[in-house]
Amino acid sequence: MTPGEEPRVRPRGEVPLDVRPCPGGPLLVRGAAQVSTDDDTWHDTTRPVSAVCRCGASALRPWCDGTHKVLSRRGVNPLD
Amino acid sequence: MKLPSPRGPLSERVVNALSRPPRSHVHLKRTPDRDPADDALTLWILHELHYRGFEDVDERWEWAPALSSVRQHLEEELEARLRADFARSLTEMDLGGRVTGVGGDDLVDVLLALVEAHDGPSLAEHLLADGTTEHAGQLLRQRSIYHLKEADPTAWVVPRVTGGAKAALMEIQFDEYGAGRRDRVHQDLFSLGLSAAGLCADYGHYVGEARLPVLEQNNSVSLFGLHRRLRGAALGHLAAFEATSSLPSRTLARALRRLGLPEEIAAYYDEHVEADAVHEQLALRDVCAALVTDEPHLREDVVFGAWACLELEARTARDLLSLWEVAA
Repeated sequence: MTPGEEPRVRPRGEVPLDVRPCPGGPLLVRGAAQVSTDDDTWHDTTRPVSAVCRCGASALRPWCDGTHKVLSRRGVNPLD
Repeated sequence: MKLPSPRGPLSERVVNALSRPPRSHVHLKRTPDRDPADDALTLWILHELHYRGFEDVDERWEWAPALSSVRQHLEEELEARLRADFARSLTEMDLGGRVTGVGGDDLVDVLLALVEAHDGPSLAEHLLADGTTEHAGQLLRQRSIYHLKEADPTAWVVPRVTGGAKAALMEIQFDEYGAGRRDRVHQDLFSLGLSAAGLCADYGHYVGEARLPVLEQNNSVSLFGLHRRLRGAALGHLAAFEATSSLPSRTLARALRRLGLPEEIAAYYDEHVEADAVHEQLALRDVCAALVTDEPHLREDVVFGAWACLELEARTARDLLSLWEVAA
């Protein structure tokens, strides 16, 4: 995904999907089965809750690795 | 684990007492020359009775009253010192007014501001840039005191909170304990990493060489966990710990690979990059914010616990860097 664009999330069967953006940081997703990257690859979640990158700079995309904080310190976080 | 070797007169008396069956009274003479490391090891031993205990100690000692006054005294001193330093530090960082919440500051914003303002030296950055395999080994041995009981001190808090804070805390704890997978328990991942690196993975094995700030890190997290009164501090500590984990874990994984350490120990830190990016958000927004909504009087303690986590890690980093003769 590109910076600032909302990630795409597919629900897991009957588990209700709970999606919440954290200010300046990732999308917190409960109950997701799969999350896509911008090359249309779908990635399985194995955690009950996942943090999905929204700043576009994580090295672990689609998952958050905390890099948005480095961007914020440099004043270049597109989410701030 | 067996009782560690004493480091001074107080730990010697306590170790001697614990080596026998519990008695109604233990005579502990006042020692004129107190030594901080002796005190810290003594408190660590007394706390350990509540975790996994010692092979050579009668399990009834956990609740035996004879040594509880020593433990209480050491805990009161540790808490008083930390609270005095906290008050000074808030003034220095100009955060005092925001902690109480009278200005309507959002708790999550205050905690994040504290994390950004309290920027201690980074052991991970040093290891990546200039560290040696000896430094890495020493860091892993120091970290083993906590990582082999990772998440256990916070588990004490679960029955003491309710509703949203409890549900979110259990999401974090569940993940820490492997999310139902035997092979993903974080403390066991660290144990695998230690063994692969040629170190001893026995619980508590390296406490004999634990540095004073490392003992105090462990003692404060046990103090917060074991006292219901300090549940706010325990959860603030958790939030700061998780909020300062992802980026250093990534750096540390790179450093360990650069130094040629085995994949198992680097993988432990890889896991924490992704896991703690989730735990940070949960701990800040769902655990701490929900706790303070339910119990607003705990707000200052949440910030105190977060500060204690950051401060004691900064002291540990300065101590190890000075041992390695690196300017902090």
